[in-house]
Amino acid sequence: MPAPIVIDRSSVTQVMAWVLAALVPGILAHVWLFGPGILVTLSLATATALAAEAAMLKLRGYPAMPFLTDLSAIVTAWLLALSLPALAPWWLVVTGTLFAIVVAKHLYGGLGQNIFNPAMVGYAVLLISFPVQMTSWPGPLALTGASLTLADSAALIFGGAPKAVLDAVTMATPLDALRTGLLQQLTVDEVMAQPIFGRFGGTGFEWLAFAFLLGGLALWALRIIGWRVPLAFLAGIWLAAGFLHFFDAGRYGAPWFHLFAPSVMLGAFFIATDPVSGSTTPLGKLIFGFGAGVLTIVIRTWGGYPDGVAFAILLMNLCVPLIDQYTQPRIYGGARGRDKGASP
Amino acid sequence: MSRELHRFKGGVHPPGHKTESNGRPVHTAPVPRTLVIPLRQHIGNPAKPVVEVGQHVLKGQLIAEADGYISAAVHASSSGTVTAIGPAPVPHVSGLPDDCITIETDGRDEWVERTPIDYRALAPADLRMRLRDMGLTGLGGAVFPSAVKLDPGAHVCPTLILNGGECEPWITCDDVLMRHYADEILQGVAVMRQLLGSTEILVGIEDNKPEAIAAMQAAAAKLDFAVEVVAVPTIYPGGGAKQMIETLTGRQVPTGGLSTDIGIQVFNVGTAHALARAVFHGEPLISRLVTVTGHVLRPQNFEALIGTPMQRLIDLAGDRDGTTGVLMGGPMMGMPMPGTEVPVVKATNCILVKSEALFPPLPKMLPCIRCTRCADACPAELQPQELFRFAKAGDFGRAQEYHLFDCIECGCCSYVCPSHIPLVDYYRYAKSEIWAREREKRAADLARDRHDFRQFRLEREKQEKAEKLAAKAQAKRAELAAEAPAQSATRDADAKKALIAAALARAQAKKAEVAPKNVDNLPPDTQREIEEIEARRAKIRELAHQPLETDENKP
Repeated sequence: MPAPIVIDRSSVTQVMAWVLAALVPGILAHVWLFGPGILVTLSLATATALAAEAAMLKLRGYPAMPFLTDLSAIVTAWLLALSLPALAPWWLVVTGTLFAIVVAKHLYGGLGQNIFNPAMVGYAVLLISFPVQMTSWPGPLALTGASLTLADSAALIFGGAPKAVLDAVTMATPLDALRTGLLQQLTVDEVMAQPIFGRFGGTGFEWLAFAFLLGGLALWALRIIGWRVPLAFLAGIWLAAGFLHFFDAGRYGAPWFHLFAPSVMLGAFFIATDPVSGSTTPLGKLIFGFGAGVLTIVIRTWGGYPDGVAFAILLMNLCVPLIDQYTQPRIYGGARGRDKGASP
Repeated sequence: MSRELHRFKGGVHPPGHKTESNGRPVHTAPVPRTLVIPLRQHIGNPAKPVVEVGQHVLKGQLIAEADGYISAAVHASSSGTVTAIGPAPVPHVSGLPDDCITIETDGRDEWVERTPIDYRALAPADLRMRLRDMGLTGLGGAVFPSAVKLDPGAHVCPTLILNGGECEPWITCDDVLMRHYADEILQGVAVMRQLLGSTEILVGIEDNKPEAIAAMQAAAAKLDFAVEVVAVPTIYPGGGAKQMIETLTGRQVPTGGLSTDIGIQVFNVGTAHALARAVFHGEPLISRLVTVTGHVLRPQNFEALIGTPMQRLIDLAGDRDGTTGVLMGGPMMGMPMPGTEVPVVKATNCILVKSEALFPPLPKMLPCIRCTRCADACPAELQPQELFRFAKAGDFGRAQEYHLFDCIECGCCSYVCPSHIPLVDYYRYAKSEIWAREREKRAADLARDRHDFRQFRLEREKQEKAEKLAAKAQAKRAELAAEAPAQSATRDADAKKALIAAALARAQAKKAEVAPKNVDNLPPDTQREIEEIEARRAKIRELAHQPLETDENKP
């Protein structure tokens, strides 16, 4: 029953390839900011993801082709790697990637079936299990004055260098600094006077955020992602943070600061836009994005972790079936929502 | 051209492939030795044969009459002898034969006496009957009897839209028709306009057909009534009636309604041309323009007699090696043909010959990633990804809730799907399953009603018997005692009647209550579709149960 017998040239592989390509500016900014360590992390995560994907496909009785070449596992691997602290130890990368691919993706039924974003599941598991390693970020090279070669980075990642070397370059991230500062009863202005804070977001970090934004806009221009989820997500962040900041500028960070965190741009354009675990209706996409944005600020402000993007997106993933069911759009001819009169 | 156009939602831009066939002049295909003319070429009741085997018929002679209001007559396409009346292969996906009249032509191509219709003198109802008896049907694809559509009934149809969109790739018969027969098309419009009482006449033509637009504008300028020829953007399925209406007027046909509900009627340009031939020349619908294109040496349009085997036209266009099948229609909605010897029918706008190079096999299907490109492309504004999920899971009730029956099967969703899922096939499968279940349910309901009534009758008879016995005994006793009045007997009979009536009413009410949706008052085209789909259900079901080769390996 072949109808139609012609198809567009697009494919899942092509979609995934564009997503990977759009991450390149972010990766370059990462290298410039933290040294070439991210290249080691990305390679490690990619290798782990492909191995796990192949093993799971075999276990589940699926052919390796075309699933292994659809690049979806690599997208998961890269998104997770870019969410981890730079120079994170190798076992952290491997554990997170394995959990993402094996549990969050394949145990839920594989490509297209996972209700949670696999990379964010991997991230959340690591954050809960290894909070110390997950919050040990090296400072931007510009601030620490360190210079890391690829070999240095690999040595740090694989534990070949003494821990003191890493400790020497580790410093609080801007979000961490804000959180800690506020807990010490400092005002936002006092905290933000520290060198880690830049013009919009964190020093250096804000450029990483811009790089992700650039890649995200490219994805939008190429029609790989729609405008609804990213825009609603950023609007949720900006409005929630802006409301709190307006309410008490001394205790709550400025909306621009919240907006230009790398995790927000990565989340808005690359993670919340994951179609599999996101809402599918036009209105649902707005609700999904906005909800994730607001939740991110709520978690950053009152939660136990400095950042909340991952948890916010996972929580909204949970709401997708509900959102979709109640946001069915009007169809051609005027009928709205679900036709409840239809006989089963 | 100053008209403000509206953009319907969705749509895709598949490569047009129009220039392959629209540059060559129209050739009249020679009369074949054998004509096979199906009785069911239109939506509605099949025509009833009025000739016998062995009878000699003339070109244009009525050989099967319309059966009822929604039906159309069938005529001999050339002179010759009727050699068979019965099942023969027809252009249908199922490959199942259908009733046809076979004529061995005598080569003289001798016309029956043709009398033009004085349409201004006839009452509208009489004129419509004449058109029905001339075998007129829509030539755009749905083949609905034109006489029915020309009856505005209680509606007023101030707007008449002539559809020259021809949005399906590869097909050019309407394009070529408009280039060469613009005057005749508009003559047909004059008749339509009178029947419908239309005051505004719009001709919508996609802007990839500049020659057709120019020809139609030139012809329109010569008329004594206003016809606005509008170039509309080229986008598939812009030539669909609902989409053409929205493009030209900005209005949508209400869900579950007809375009006449909003005062608009739409006809294909080919239909207007056939109407003009019937009214002004007395020629019934016995031929049409057919595009033969794809994997042939000389893609072109033929004026072909209804009943001509498709292979004759493919031969005329230059048959080539490496053919991988033939479609009737275009690549988006066309039907695969069971063979090339099936005849050209009124619905045959295009014979698309496939080859591996032109139409490579579709890539392997991947799971849905819910990217909603299908929803963006859907002109019915549905959520195809949800419909797919429900159809695949066999959750047909939910599929209906999500407006499965508003799907027009245009194929845009399948076209854009990055996972290469044959979505339309899943929707057809779901629709056919729903229709089959509703039919079974109705049969079961009927059986239950009958059973209930039988139980009631048995009970009643038992009671009556007992009453009778009791009455007899009573009578006996009364007889022994004294005489008794016999009035009670008539009262009994009345009570019995009331009981039966009540039971029947209950049964009726119950039936009405459970009458399923979407199977009553089906438009005849849907009804026909049900029958068509029924034939291929088995195949589709197989597909749905094995979407991935490895699904059976899953626990």
